[in-house]
Amino acid sequence: MIPELGHFALIIAFAISIVQSIVPLIGAAKNDAALISMARPAALVQLLFVGLAYAALTHAFIVHDFSVLYVSQHSNMVQPLMYRISGVWGSHEGSLLLWTLILSLWTIAVAVYSRNLPEILMARVLAVMAMISTGFLAFMLFTSNPFERIFPVPLDGNELNPLLQDPGLAIHPPMLYMGYVGFSVAFAFAVAALLGGKLDATWARWSRPWTTVAWSFLTIGIALGSWWAYNELGWGGWWFWDPVENASFMPWLVGTALLHSLASTEKRGVFKSWTVLLAILAFSLSLLGTFIVRSGVLVSVHAFATDPARGVFILAFLVVVVGGSLALYTWRSATVVSYGRFKWFSRESALLLNNIIFLTAAAAVLVGTMYPLVIDAFGVGKISVGRPYFDTMFSLVAIPLLLLLGIGPVIRWKGDNWSRLAKVYTSIFIFSLVAGLLLPFLIEDQLNIATGLGLAGALWVALTTLKDFFTRLASSRKLPLAYSGMILAHLGVAVFVAGVTVTMSYSEEKDLRMVPGNSYNIAGNEFRFIGTRKVQGANYVADEAVIEIWHNNEKTGELLPQKRTYSGKSNPMTDASIDKTLFRDLYAALGEELEDGAWSMRVYYKPLIRWIWLGCILMTMGGVLAISDRRYRQPAKEKAGINSAVARA
Amino acid sequence: MNKRSKRKVLIFSIVFGMAIAIVLFLTAFNENMQYFYSPTEVKNGDAPTTHAIRVGGLVVAGSVKRAPDSLKIEFDVTDSAETMTVEYTGILPDLFREGQGIVAMGQLQADGRLVAQEVLAKHDENYMPPEVADALEKAGHVSKQDAAAEKI
Repeated sequence: MIPELGHFALIIAFAISIVQSIVPLIGAAKNDAALISMARPAALVQLLFVGLAYAALTHAFIVHDFSVLYVSQHSNMVQPLMYRISGVWGSHEGSLLLWTLILSLWTIAVAVYSRNLPEILMARVLAVMAMISTGFLAFMLFTSNPFERIFPVPLDGNELNPLLQDPGLAIHPPMLYMGYVGFSVAFAFAVAALLGGKLDATWARWSRPWTTVAWSFLTIGIALGSWWAYNELGWGGWWFWDPVENASFMPWLVGTALLHSLASTEKRGVFKSWTVLLAILAFSLSLLGTFIVRSGVLVSVHAFATDPARGVFILAFLVVVVGGSLALYTWRSATVVSYGRFKWFSRESALLLNNIIFLTAAAAVLVGTMYPLVIDAFGVGKISVGRPYFDTMFSLVAIPLLLLLGIGPVIRWKGDNWSRLAKVYTSIFIFSLVAGLLLPFLIEDQLNIATGLGLAGALWVALTTLKDFFTRLASSRKLPLAYSGMILAHLGVAVFVAGVTVTMSYSEEKDLRMVPGNSYNIAGNEFRFIGTRKVQGANYVADEAVIEIWHNNEKTGELLPQKRTYSGKSNPMTDASIDKTLFRDLYAALGEELEDGAWSMRVYYKPLIRWIWLGCILMTMGGVLAISDRRYRQPAKEKAGINSAVARA
Repeated sequence: MNKRSKRKVLIFSIVFGMAIAIVLFLTAFNENMQYFYSPTEVKNGDAPTTHAIRVGGLVVAGSVKRAPDSLKIEFDVTDSAETMTVEYTGILPDLFREGQGIVAMGQLQADGRLVAQEVLAKHDENYMPPEVADALEKAGHVSKQDAAAEKI
C-alpha cells in the first residue's frame, strides 16, 4: 500500500511541477501578480510530495518490502539499517528520486533565502527549476519507476554490493548531488535573466553565493569518492581517471571557472554573457554526469539498446535543456553589453585566463571520457584512453594555473603596473623555484625536474597567498570573510599540489609472496608477516592477516588486512588495512592463499597522501567561509544601489 | 614598444601557445589510446606488438598456472573460437576466477603471448566486460541479449 502511495505522490508532484513551470512564466510575461505569486506555494507543495515519495521508498527498504522490485534488488534481510537507508540511492531509479528531492530542497532554499529578489525574477527562477524537475519526474514515471512491484514476491533480496557498504560511500552520492543540483540554481538564474532580457551585474551577485555552496558540496563529494576508492578498492590509488570519476570532475572544473568568472561580473560588470554561458555549461555537464553514470551507458553503449526508452529520453532531455538554453542564449546575449574597460595586465585578464585554463582542462577530460563511447557507438572499434594521457594533460595545465594563482589575486581591477609587484614577487618566484628543485635532491640525492616543479608550484602558491594575506591583515583590522575564504581555498590548492606531487613521485608499492615469519622493508619500515586467522563479521567471514610494522627496531603499528566473503556472495572481497599519519600511510592488502601457508599480498608506502584530501577539505572550508560573508545578506535595494554605483565607476 | 606592437606580440604568443597546447594534446591522446582485440583477432595477426593493447575473453577452466616461488601466473583466455595465453606477475583482482570474463592490458609478444601489466575483472559477479561480451558474440558463443541480461 505504501509503495502505491509513494508512486501516487510522484504523479502529483509531476502535475504540480508542470503547473509550476508554466503559470509563473505566463504571470511574468503578463505582469499578473496573482499568477506570479503561484510560484512559491507550488514549489513548497512539490517538495512535500517528492518528500513523501522518498519517505515511502525509504520505508520499503527499512521494513524489507521485497515486493518492490528496486528494494529486492538492492537490500536483503541481514543488511544493516544504515545501508538499507543508503540503499535508496544505491542504483539508477532511487538515485533519480534523490536527485529530484535535492532539486526540490534547493528550490525551496532559493524561495526562502532570496525574499528580497524582485518577484518577477523569482517567479522565473522557480519556473526554470520546476522545468528541470518535470523532466526528472517524467523520466522516473515513464521509464524508471522505483516503486515497480515484483510478483511472486521473493523471500529475500539481493544484497547491496558489499563494496558500497561503507560510510564514506554512503554519503558520497548525496554530497555529489548537492553539488550537481546546486548548479541548477546558477543555471536557473541565468536562464531567468535571459528570459527577462535584463542581464545586469545584480544577477551575478544573486547567483554567486549559490554557486559557491554548490561548488563546496561538489568539492567535498569528489574528495569523499576518492577517499573511499583509496580505502576500499585495495589498489592504493586515489584517482583512477575512471569515466565515473571524470563525470563528476568535469562539472567541478567548469564550476570552478564559473565561480571565478562570477567575481568579475559581480565586481566589474564584465564578461556577462561569458558567465551566463559558463552557468549553462556547468549545469549541462552535471546533467551529463548524472546520466552517464547511472544509465549504464558507461558499462556499455549497448545498455541503451536493451532499454531504448531510457536512452531516447536522456538524449531528448539533454537536447532540450542544453539546446534550449543555448538557443535562448544566442537569441538574447547579443543584446547584452559588457561595459567596463580594462587593460591587459589587470585582475579581469587574470580571471579570464583562469577560465581559459579550467575550460581547457574540462575539454581534455571530456574528450578522453566521451571519445571511446562515441567510437564504440559508431561501431568503429573499442578503445580506451590510458591514464598517462590525463596525467600529462593535467601536469601541463597545472603549470600556468599555479603561476597565475600566485599572482592573480593581487593584481588590481581595471589595470595594474607590473613594476609595483615585480620586486617582491620575483624574489618569491626565484625562492620557490630554487627550493622546489632542491627538495628532491635533499630527499633522495637526485635531481627530479617534474617533482621539483610540482613542489615549486606548491611553495609559490602557498607563499604568495600567505604574503597577500599578511599584507592585507597589517593594513586593515577586519578582513572580509569572502576574502579569507579565498585565501583558505588557495592554500588548499597548495596543500593538494604538494600531496599529489610527493605521493606520485615517492610512493613505493610491492606485490609479495609472504610466508609467516617473512618480512619486507619499504622506505625504512619493516612489514613483518606474523600469520593469518579466521574472523567472523556481521554479514561476512574473513581471513585476517597480522602484519607488524617495525621502525628502527621498535614496533610502531599493526596492520590487519582482510579477505572477506559476504553471505550470499561467492567472490571474496579485499579489505585493506592502513596505518595513517599526516606524513605517510603504510598500506597492506591481502591477495590470496598460495601453497604452504604462503599468501600473496600488496604493500604500499604512500608519503603525504593525506594532504590530497586535506587540500580538498581546505578548499571546501574556504567556500563555506566565503558564503558566510555579510555582504550576501544585505537587503536588495542596497545591493542594487552598490551595483549601479560600481557599474558607473 | 608602442601599444599596437604590444598587442601584436600578445596575440602572436596566444596563438603560438595554443598551437603548442594542441600538438601536445594530440600527441598525448594518440600515444595513450589502447585498442581492444579478441583472441581471434590476435591469432589473425591484427594486433600490433609495438604498443600496449587490451585483450579480453573468458578464463579457460584448468588453465591457471602459478609459479611455485613467485607471484608469476599464467592463464589462457578464449572467445570460444580461439585461445591465447596471458602472463602476469602480481595480485589478481578479487573477481578473477576460471570461467570469468576478464580484460588484460599489456604488450603482445612475438610468440603470441600477452605480458599483462594489468588484469581487470569488474565489481559485479554477474557482470561481463562489454568488450568480452561483444567478442564472444562475434565468435558465436552467446547472443548479445543473454550477455546484456547478465549485466543487469
